[in-house]
Amino acid sequence: MAKRIDIKDVDIYYGKFHAVEGVTVSVPPKNVTAFIGPSGCGKSTVLRTLNRMHEVIPGARVEGQVLLDGEDIYGTNVDPVQVRRTIGMVFQQPNPFPTMSIRDNVVAGLKLAGTRDKKKLDEVAERALRGANLWTEVKDRLNKPGSGLSGGQQQRLCIARAIAVQPDVLLMDEPCSALDPISTLAIEDLIGQLKQDYTIVIVTHNMQQAARVSDQTAFFNLAGVGQPGRLIECNDTEKIFSNPEEKATEDYISGRFG
Amino acid sequence: MNNRDVTKSRPGAPVPSGGQGETPMIGAMSNDPPEPPARTLGEAEGAASRRRADLIFRWLATGSGIAVVLSIALIGIFLLIQSVPSLAANKASFLFSAEFLTTDPANLRFGIRDLLAVTVLSSAFALLLAMPVALGIALFLTHYAPAGLRRPLAYVIDVLAAVPSIVYGLWGFLVLGPALVPFAEWLNQSLSWFPLFATGNVSIAGGGTIFTAGIVLAIMILPIITALTRDAFRQTPARHIEGALALGATRWEMIRTTVLPFGRSAYVGASMLGLGRALGETVAVLIILRTSASASGFSLFDGGYTFASKIASAASEFSQPLPTGAYIAAGLVLFVLTFVVNAIGRAIAGEKVRG
Repeated sequence: MAKRIDIKDVDIYYGKFHAVEGVTVSVPPKNVTAFIGPSGCGKSTVLRTLNRMHEVIPGARVEGQVLLDGEDIYGTNVDPVQVRRTIGMVFQQPNPFPTMSIRDNVVAGLKLAGTRDKKKLDEVAERALRGANLWTEVKDRLNKPGSGLSGGQQQRLCIARAIAVQPDVLLMDEPCSALDPISTLAIEDLIGQLKQDYTIVIVTHNMQQAARVSDQTAFFNLAGVGQPGRLIECNDTEKIFSNPEEKATEDYISGRFG
Repeated sequence: MNNRDVTKSRPGAPVPSGGQGETPMIGAMSNDPPEPPARTLGEAEGAASRRRADLIFRWLATGSGIAVVLSIALIGIFLLIQSVPSLAANKASFLFSAEFLTTDPANLRFGIRDLLAVTVLSSAFALLLAMPVALGIALFLTHYAPAGLRRPLAYVIDVLAAVPSIVYGLWGFLVLGPALVPFAEWLNQSLSWFPLFATGNVSIAGGGTIFTAGIVLAIMILPIITALTRDAFRQTPARHIEGALALGATRWEMIRTTVLPFGRSAYVGASMLGLGRALGETVAVLIILRTSASASGFSLFDGGYTFASKIASAASEFSQPLPTGAYIAAGLVLFVLTFVVNAIGRAIAGEKVRG
């Protein structure tokens, strides 16, 4: 449960393109870390290296270390499938499996891991849905397709699916950017609750959101088009938004560019 | 950008229906001042010629649509009219007789029992072989093959569809048939208790069996099933694939939870289209299958004729209306059969998966 992540001097490439350069960040357990920065600065790319999802794109590779409680997830005999089972991810677009019921969506990860016991699955489904603040809304239609829910409910369903396997870390890639303000608020409240049990890393375009939900904020930027993105500053969220150390950070959060 | 800007940037922009009727509506929506009258006149002229073009195109499109439906209906009616007198003069059971004697117009004895058996058996066998292979190829092409290999491989599969069926027939008759003989004999000897592998009405050593024909048909319908299935698999939304992988699915588990459910209806529909093609295949089957004097025993080691190959084999002798009508009646059954199979295939393949 709730492990810490240490990103050590990570460089990320897509084929010959150097996307991200020399990132070093530590994410403490049971803590929300927000990645902010302008489009194309590599914040989502860094997030996707934390559960080895960037490898899905052909030609993508990583140099450096990502340590999960001291263990390098890029170690030679580490299976990316195992990494993804312990580090959950929620995407920008809610993506429940369209052919599965709400219940089956929630327990999909457990079924993949080999759990077949129906009673256990039902228990986990309820616990995960309660954990995602969705239980009261869907408890009467657990066998209906997940695609029948509203966008915000679908996103909470995806969060339930991610926490059902009790991951060590929860990654969120702009989880609210496709949602309306009320659904966004529901997700933000949920993040506040989830950080009591999970280590959370969230990428967001919305600086107010970063300020509202995170304990620590990392600001990414790039020197110019075609240049690799880099980490400018990482500090307590309060400090980043009140008294940042770098001029670029201040310019960005005060809306002078980006 | 308001409506006025739009009109200004495209001064000649035609108004869909009745230029004058449109202007007040735009004004009402954006509170713009009304358009000057000269502009309205110009647009009205443009609208008239556009409406004429619209009308012509509409009739052309509707006409083509009607022509297709009409020609299918006419073919059906033609088959029906031509076959009814022969069916009335038939002295054997049309559905259950294995005879097909049409030399004496005064004593027509014909039935479709064997034609139907051979047609369905060879096509179903072909489908059974082609479906798993097509699924495997489609999955390989979309998710397993190295990126550089996908294009050439897909191209090779498409080329299979371009080979003329006469070539398939010759290859099946001269190469595949003889090559399969030892395997076919082994199947027959060890599994003859199973009706499909029982000794049939032609010699297995000759190779001219439904077994050979079915394998050739399987190869012939492979491209269409593969191509349609591959296209469907390729359209699986990336966010579902990523969702499965992020949950810790292996590649096969990801395919099972996202790709297969998404492409299933297209796969079944494509298979039905392939079956439709196998049912109607003529030349290859005509060349491969040996004929036999005895009736079909519903074994894969039977010979005989399919509907299509029977009609093709007799086509040179179509001189008298009554004997000809017997073949046309057989053609009518094939027409209905393929029509139904294709309709089912289209219906299933056209079904959209929500996602």
